[in-house]
Amino acid sequence: MRIVTARRISQGFFLALFLWFCLVATVGERLWQLRGWPVNWFLELDPLTGLTSLLASGTLYAGLLWGAAVLALTLVVGRFFCGWVCPFGAMHQFVGWLGSRGKPLKERVRRNAPHPAQQIKYLVLAFFLGAAMSDLAARLALGQVAASLAGAIVLGLVLWATRRGQGGRAYALAVGLVLAAWVAWSLAAPHGGAWLLAGLLDPIPLVSRSVNLVLLPLADAPARVAWPEPRFYQGAGLIATVFGAALLLNLWRPRFFCRYVCPTGALLGLVGRHALWRVGKKQARCGACLGCDGACSGAARPAGRLRPAECVLCLNCLDACPEDDITYATRPSAGGEAAPDLGRRRVLAGLGLGLVAPPVLSLSGVLGPGWNPALIRPPGSLPECEFLRRCLRCGQCMRVCPTGVLQPAGPSFGLEALWTPVLNMTIGTSGCQLRCTACASVCPSAAIRPISLAEKLGQGEFAAQGPIRLGCAFVDRGRCLPWAMDRPCIVCQENCPVSPKAIFTRVAWETVLTGLVAGSATGGELTVSGKALKPAALASGDYYLQMGAARARIVANGAHSLILTGGSDWRTPAPGEALSVAVRLQRPYVDPARCIGCGICQHECPVSGKRAIRVSAENATRERAHSLLLKGAGPV
Amino acid sequence: MSRETDQERRRFLLRAGKAGLGVAAIGALGWWAHDTQGPSANIGQAANVKLPSFAVKGTDKRLAVVKSSHRVPALRAGLEALGGMGAFVGAGHKVVIKVNAAFASPPALGATSNPELVAELVRLCRGAGAKQVIVTDNPINDPASCFELSGIGPAAREAGAQVVLPHPGAFAPYSLPGGRLIRDWPLMYGPLAGADRLIGLAPVKDHHRSQASVTMKNWYGLLGGRRNVFHQDINGIISELGQMVTPSLVIADGVATLAHNGPTGGSLEDLRPTDTLILGTDHVAVDSLAVGLLGLKPAKVPWLGLAARAGAGTTDYESLNPTRVELG
Repeated sequence: MRIVTARRISQGFFLALFLWFCLVATVGERLWQLRGWPVNWFLELDPLTGLTSLLASGTLYAGLLWGAAVLALTLVVGRFFCGWVCPFGAMHQFVGWLGSRGKPLKERVRRNAPHPAQQIKYLVLAFFLGAAMSDLAARLALGQVAASLAGAIVLGLVLWATRRGQGGRAYALAVGLVLAAWVAWSLAAPHGGAWLLAGLLDPIPLVSRSVNLVLLPLADAPARVAWPEPRFYQGAGLIATVFGAALLLNLWRPRFFCRYVCPTGALLGLVGRHALWRVGKKQARCGACLGCDGACSGAARPAGRLRPAECVLCLNCLDACPEDDITYATRPSAGGEAAPDLGRRRVLAGLGLGLVAPPVLSLSGVLGPGWNPALIRPPGSLPECEFLRRCLRCGQCMRVCPTGVLQPAGPSFGLEALWTPVLNMTIGTSGCQLRCTACASVCPSAAIRPISLAEKLGQGEFAAQGPIRLGCAFVDRGRCLPWAMDRPCIVCQENCPVSPKAIFTRVAWETVLTGLVAGSATGGELTVSGKALKPAALASGDYYLQMGAARARIVANGAHSLILTGGSDWRTPAPGEALSVAVRLQRPYVDPARCIGCGICQHECPVSGKRAIRVSAENATRERAHSLLLKGAGPV
Repeated sequence: MSRETDQERRRFLLRAGKAGLGVAAIGALGWWAHDTQGPSANIGQAANVKLPSFAVKGTDKRLAVVKSSHRVPALRAGLEALGGMGAFVGAGHKVVIKVNAAFASPPALGATSNPELVAELVRLCRGAGAKQVIVTDNPINDPASCFELSGIGPAAREAGAQVVLPHPGAFAPYSLPGGRLIRDWPLMYGPLAGADRLIGLAPVKDHHRSQASVTMKNWYGLLGGRRNVFHQDINGIISELGQMVTPSLVIADGVATLAHNGPTGGSLEDLRPTDTLILGTDHVAVDSLAVGLLGLKPAKVPWLGLAARAGAGTTDYESLNPTRVELG
């Protein structure tokens, strides 16, 4: 079998496996549903995901250790992940092949010529690493040895990878300056933080998000295998635009994203350029037919001085060489090798930009005084700063959420929160379901902690700390039917899932009709004059005839007659007595000590536009600073 | 005339013919699609569907009350008292069981129809010869989760029923003849189309707004859209639901009654053992009996009176001479 065929089979297999994991991330117990499938495996394999998580949070959570295995294997065999495993890479490879099909060799060689823009991906990598390690200094000061060690290793690696020629002293000075600025910024900025921005362009989170939130909802709309009802994701257009652009650019240059943008490819390239096994020419002199250059999907120029960091191990060159001069072996290419043209200053600039991005952006105050109460995070979410250190924006929580209430945050929540999960009570089929912890169990980076049902509900050993609150519901008395419009309703109270209910009601009587005058009373029927009544309109059981302080329920009515059932204090009105009609209203109140902010009331509120009861992130368990209640005060 | 001009003329005629066809095609298409009126106000409105009566001839006014703390034997005994399942379901029938699966809550909390009861009812229908048994509801919480977490979905499938979740294609507009509230409202008609029998199975529950939720309130789950607006007139809507549906049989499960914190419950402390299963063909009578388990008198529950006055049944259940069975 040709080696290229083996590579294609591998790519096809891993792409199919990836798509299968996307499909089976559905709550349920059938074969094609979530029943122990390792749906996060690809996210965990991605070494940039692991590295940036490690830098930002100081730990390598659970399955993210897989990234270390990929990195280690890359040291031995090169960028096998890009060429053989990455599902996004497989898509690029395929579209790139479509775009180059039938093109003459000269044109293909032109498309695959190395281009200075290939260094952009290293700058992107540096930027994301910088953003992720932005407050390592602070944690270093707090004595987190592992974190500081990791930071030192990464910095060392970057400097080593970018070493070239002399002038070490000037660079050391530049590095020192950047470091000093970074320490100053992170310690001085009120909410400096470190953010996992890498997920915006990190290929596996990007492709997971795009497939799960765009392609799958589209494909499933008529099929309804993944969800019983059509799925909606806010701002899907923006996610699709990034995904579509990345795919279509392959028509112009094969593997465009991998060559110019992919920060994971950059990381693997830096690690893999020193791999034990590598692609290379056996002999420097060959027929110079350029067949290998025409086939090279990484623009690594196998015919000339090979760029090992750019080689995605597609092995097209082996297949294309008519003289069998190219091999995969443990020695450098006989044609010579070139290090990636990084430009140390540029890389440092990227790193520096990344380092200062979180502190600078956080000056907008969204993590502090300007926090957005519409940013309601899933149950078990860490405090916002910690959350942003870990959230990959991979969309797994939104994919698995059985109600679809979890939505990707749009640009209005800020760059730091773009595509992170936020609850939108009006979009899902229900609010956050009381007895569901699906998002927490599936989160690959523990931005949403793995919580048990007992912890979510505050039962058993968690009874003392109470249930996890996502926020608190507030009644908008200007829109609520019983408050603003004298109409009975209390759908919110009915649907409140906690026991005892967090929504309680108080009965209020409002006079809605005056100026009635009693007529004769015959056989249980009372005639009235003054105003003509709409027949049967008062017979819903909520309207009462008032005479002074006494009331009788209206059972039926005509234009000038009423049938009543009165209590013990009711007496038949004498002709000529003044009467009025009152409505009995149950007005809803929220008890913030009980409300968990699940949003089911908001979802069910019959005021179907802007709901009359809405959840806001105040009082969420995860942010103590946003709590609403004074401890130990109040009657309950 | 030269041969060339002859050919030229022929080519011209051919081109003229093609052009003529094109002109004719454009003209025809334009004529065909031409609209001088513009869209009407009720654009996109499908025709209303009709809901037939599912009552079984000769079974009206049957009512049974079984005292038992075990649901399955109670159901069997109750059906026996009504004349056996064979009196309601026959060979080849398509039976729809409208359960209450409103909330994604476990069966022990009593907010939804009991899965064992659902399964037994399905088995009895199958035993009586039903060709197809459909278990359905349009729940309030996420539908798939509701059916799974309440245990109704797995139990029904196990017993040989088909579980139908709500989906856009299942709804069709419906107007209750003479109705005030249910006008051009989406009704979950899909599972009901072609059905021979309709059985309602609901738990007895406290309800803050309507005081009680039993079998008539259970028909709420046949409505779609933002049906919550009807809560402005809760008694009126339950009464109209009672008029909308003429069931083959309804069963009120008061073996345990959700006495507080209804209709969602949420704690075992909200339940009270009342050891009663009520079966009947008149849902007003069944519900009138059932509200007694919540300590209510039928006369104090407006929707019962409204439904009775509208002719949906009687609140005077004793007039139906209910069969009373004690299983201990």
